[in-house]
Amino acid sequence: MKENKQNPLLDSKLVIPALKQSFVKLHPKVQIKNPVMFVTLIGAILTSIYVLFNIGPGSKIFELQIALWLWFTVLFANFAEAIAEGRGKAQAESLKKTRTQTMARLVTDNKESKISAADLKKGNIVICEAGDTIPGDGEVIEGIASVDESAITGESAPVIRESGGDRSAVTGGTKVISDLIKIRITAEQGKSFLDRMISLVEGAKRQKTPNEIALSIVLSGLTIIFVLAVISLKPFADYAATAANQDLSSIVTVPVLIALLVCLIPTTIGGLLSAIGISGMDRLIRRNVLATSGRAVEAAGDIDVLLLDKTGTITLGNRMATAFLPVTGITETKLAEASQLASLADETAEGRSIVVLAKEKFAFRAESLQPKEVRFIPFSANTRMSGIDFQSVSGEKNIRKGASDSIKQHIQSIGGIIPKDLDDIVDNVAKKGGTPLVVAEDKEILGVIQLKDIVKGGIKERFAELRKMGIRTVMITGDNPLTAAAIAAEAGVDDFMAQATPETKLNRIREEQSIGHLVAMTGDGTNDAPALAQADVGVAMNTGTQAAREAGNMVDLDSNPTKLIEIVEIGKQLLMTRGSLTTFSIANDVAKYFAILPALFSSLYITQGDGTGPLGVLNIMQLHSSQSAILSAIIFNALIIVALIPLALKGVNYRAKGSSQILRRNLLIYGLGGIIVPFIGIKFIDLLISTIGLI
Amino acid sequence: MKVNDYIQFVVFVSSLIAITPPLGSFMAKVFGGEKTWLHKPLSWLESLTYKAAGVNPNEEMTWKKYAMFFALFHFVGIIVLMLFQMTQVWLPLNPQNLPNISWHSALNTAVSFVTNTNWQGYSGEITMSYLTQMAALSVQNFLSAACGIAVAIALIRGIARRSVGTIGNFWVDTTRGTIYILLPLSVIYSLFLVSQGVIQNFTPFADIVTLEGHKQTIPLGPAASQISIKMLGTNGGGFFNANAAHPFENPTPLSNFVQMLSIFAIASALTYTFGIMTKARRHGWILFTSMLTLFIIMTSISLYSEYTYNPILSQNAIMEGKEIRFGVFNSILFSSITTSASCGAINTMHSSLSPLSGGVAMLNMMLGEIIFGGVGAGLYGMLLFVLLTVFIAGLMVGRTPEYLGKKIEAPEMMMVILAIIAPCASILIGTAISVTTPLALSSLTHKGPHGFSEVLYAFTSAAANNGSAFAGLNANSIYYNLMLAIVMLIGRFIIILPILAIAGSLSQKKYAPPSSGTFETDTALFAILLIGVIMIVGALTFLPSLSLGPIIEHLMMIKGQTF
Repeated sequence: MKENKQNPLLDSKLVIPALKQSFVKLHPKVQIKNPVMFVTLIGAILTSIYVLFNIGPGSKIFELQIALWLWFTVLFANFAEAIAEGRGKAQAESLKKTRTQTMARLVTDNKESKISAADLKKGNIVICEAGDTIPGDGEVIEGIASVDESAITGESAPVIRESGGDRSAVTGGTKVISDLIKIRITAEQGKSFLDRMISLVEGAKRQKTPNEIALSIVLSGLTIIFVLAVISLKPFADYAATAANQDLSSIVTVPVLIALLVCLIPTTIGGLLSAIGISGMDRLIRRNVLATSGRAVEAAGDIDVLLLDKTGTITLGNRMATAFLPVTGITETKLAEASQLASLADETAEGRSIVVLAKEKFAFRAESLQPKEVRFIPFSANTRMSGIDFQSVSGEKNIRKGASDSIKQHIQSIGGIIPKDLDDIVDNVAKKGGTPLVVAEDKEILGVIQLKDIVKGGIKERFAELRKMGIRTVMITGDNPLTAAAIAAEAGVDDFMAQATPETKLNRIREEQSIGHLVAMTGDGTNDAPALAQADVGVAMNTGTQAAREAGNMVDLDSNPTKLIEIVEIGKQLLMTRGSLTTFSIANDVAKYFAILPALFSSLYITQGDGTGPLGVLNIMQLHSSQSAILSAIIFNALIIVALIPLALKGVNYRAKGSSQILRRNLLIYGLGGIIVPFIGIKFIDLLISTIGLI
Repeated sequence: MKVNDYIQFVVFVSSLIAITPPLGSFMAKVFGGEKTWLHKPLSWLESLTYKAAGVNPNEEMTWKKYAMFFALFHFVGIIVLMLFQMTQVWLPLNPQNLPNISWHSALNTAVSFVTNTNWQGYSGEITMSYLTQMAALSVQNFLSAACGIAVAIALIRGIARRSVGTIGNFWVDTTRGTIYILLPLSVIYSLFLVSQGVIQNFTPFADIVTLEGHKQTIPLGPAASQISIKMLGTNGGGFFNANAAHPFENPTPLSNFVQMLSIFAIASALTYTFGIMTKARRHGWILFTSMLTLFIIMTSISLYSEYTYNPILSQNAIMEGKEIRFGVFNSILFSSITTSASCGAINTMHSSLSPLSGGVAMLNMMLGEIIFGGVGAGLYGMLLFVLLTVFIAGLMVGRTPEYLGKKIEAPEMMMVILAIIAPCASILIGTAISVTTPLALSSLTHKGPHGFSEVLYAFTSAAANNGSAFAGLNANSIYYNLMLAIVMLIGRFIIILPILAIAGSLSQKKYAPPSSGTFETDTALFAILLIGVIMIVGALTFLPSLSLGPIIEHLMMIKGQTF
């Protein structure tokens, strides 16, 4: 996937405000939205109180360190969110600047000034002259003008808009063709796509997506379970101590239990969850795609049917000549020469491709012709032919090219003979998905030029990848079924819709959805709007009409239909990152138990002469002391958030593979890794802090 | 362990695999409303029941209605059971003139039998009249089991149905489960047990003179009919206090083997029923395999611990408290089965298990009785973990989680979490309160970690609706009768109501056909993942409490320490 601007992950311009934000976000109102981190915050506050007011029997220096690391845990999580937000916003802002903005001529106190359309407020008065684009929805208060509203309605005839009456409303994005009008802006700006997008990358305003909500419920549930497990541990420990005639009260203290709790609750994913969501949005913006909701990005991951327009997505824009097929008795050279001559003045892409093909194949050049002797016959709807008349050595020659029917009719009308094999050649070309153009010189039919859609390089492989991911591609085209089938086969799509109309597109989407599929499509015309609205992910082209842009839930600023595939990949990557870090977070708990449980209870039932009591065997990491074990676990727990910020921002490595391969890979890295990494990390931190004497 | 023991284990597992498909497909037919060969002789009973109860068998219920009737049925059951117990002295079939039962014990027992727990704070033979045992307790053995199966079937329907919103008919499901499955099986089973020597009579207790010349009263009664259903329905409430260790309840090695098999039979077969009804047979077998794998792991730990050298007693396997007639292996196997399934019948004193075996017994229950588990309860409990696994791991393949074509979203996860938290919370909070309450501590026989295990075991057994006891805890006190009754109710309702809600919510959802991008739930990888999630979530919740009970006791034992 090509990205727009590759910001370094941690740019100092972003880091400093993010650091500031980390503290601002400590506000309980912000924290309560994230139950896991809220519990951590309460733990940090409680521990600090224990230290400040010297409550309880534990060592205060030790508890102070616990408190500090608990605060760090919360701050690190805030930092992750803030940095993701900062990157997203920076990206959106730069997008705002680089986009060619509609400028508005704002009138204030009879003075005119130029401002960006995005900065218009409701009630502002602007002037629009012939050639200007109307900057926003509004009402004409002075003057009369003809306005081209084709961008919205698709109707090419201009309409009259004048002040007063029911023809006074104008729409942003339409164009004034003549005269000058004054418009009062009626719609509040700031509801634009870009603005909506920016609000999606702002943590505070951001609405959680459905899957994020569900995951938050699971994380909160796990938090509750661990709160219960830790709270009940206190009476259990008291019972055990009494039974063993020991005093554990200086070991099993409230700050230590809080440390255990924070280690166990899923702080890693809890702290990174919103950063993951925001950076998913950010990745979209980097590809110049704007989404109206986070929900759409999530849905993109679930898409299993892609409706792709043939032209521009699957094939290059235009048909090209690919072969000269002469009838019996005519050489290919002769046909090619005639075809080239007939196409010299044909400025269409198809015409030019004929000239180029002839040049490539036979090195023909048409320079020998004298302009005086030449008369070009342009294509007319009447004859449905084009061609050339010129003086050659053997007298005047008339070359014509056109659709099979028209040429046949033309030849018959001037008394020529239709070669027997012509129909076979024509049918053959059509069957292979090409368009046959028949070429005739005077009364003689020379042969057929085969025009074909050129399937984009690499697209077949792309579709194969999508198939592996469980995504079906459906090609949409206005072509007849025969041609469509041939191109579909060549491009390797799973299915195609020939002679598609907006209605059949809409019906197809409904059909797919009714059997449980999630459908994504791109569109640009107003008549695409219903289908875009119906699709689970509807990507409107930026060049498209306003109606199309409103109906879809994403806009591609590059107007590149292939982008749809990237959007699906971004959605999948977002969900994968979320799942992988959740798995990692939960798997981490195993090691933390092996650090903290022996720290709490290794002296239980200790007998004289023994270094540790029976539960000392659980100290498989051979950590230095109870205190260093607890501190190492809590430090690891805090630092792992920081360590994983880049992953949360970039997303986990994405490959187009089947679900079982992806699962096996992610499970190995984040599941097994999640179990092993903390054992190593905690041991390392323990060595470090016991060496430098923090404990 | 001897070669003989290994062979027995293999025979047990093979028999379990062998009975799963036939019983499972039979149940799928019964609950799918198809005709079976048992309809000819028994369908009159089904229609008679509907007529007598005024039920329209064709009515389809939403989950709320289903849940309402479920709750109502339990409530009425509790009242009826309490009445029987508190008036038995005036009722017939009480040849020993056993007195009426105290309100709190009656309440505890009523809740216990209605919730399929069958925790017994009393000794059956010296407390309950024949009428109470047969008409009240045995009847509830059938009904509570049928209710459990019904809930599992309702959940299966919720998963299998598409865009419907109804999950079946509570009355029809319980009636069919009783008439076509539990009743015929227990009749045959009772006859088999009688053939092995289990007693079935209404005669008063026999006074005999022993060989040593002492006088002894031998309790008698209609045992076989109650035992068959207590095993099949994973109820576990013994006719006699010694439960399956009593020769009148479990006379021969063959009866012991069949009893062990029958505890797992229906729960195991339900995985097959699930596979048929959801058209996901491979996934059904994956559920079975996951359960079997967990069972083998747990039983192995238990056996390993039991056969480990005990330095205090200088012995390997200790016979104290074990089923002497069947040996250590059969005692441990029975204990593992009865705690895996929420049966709770015992043929050995769990307090006498080696510390780690006792811990495994507790962990079996703490995981939520999902290793085959109770009839119905095992399957729906396992499905809770399946949903949790699908949710976490499903995201890893880059799609929002889905299970058998249904999207798993916030409402379902809310219910899953509720149902997983509720029993955990009751165990931890109940134990925490008890070990800090002198009144509660006075019921302990042992001090130290073993005493802790006694309390922890009691609450675990109640929350998991298992009903087995660790022994040693004198639980027939107002405190424990009430606390455990509450915990049993939570363990039943706060799992089943969320389950029905999930069933209702899933039944409304559209079905999304699978593709190669769909998270696969019918692979070995999924089984491993499922087991991983169960162990991590279940074990992490209880590792601290287990380490202060069985684990430290085991470690001390190895060091030769005692308390």
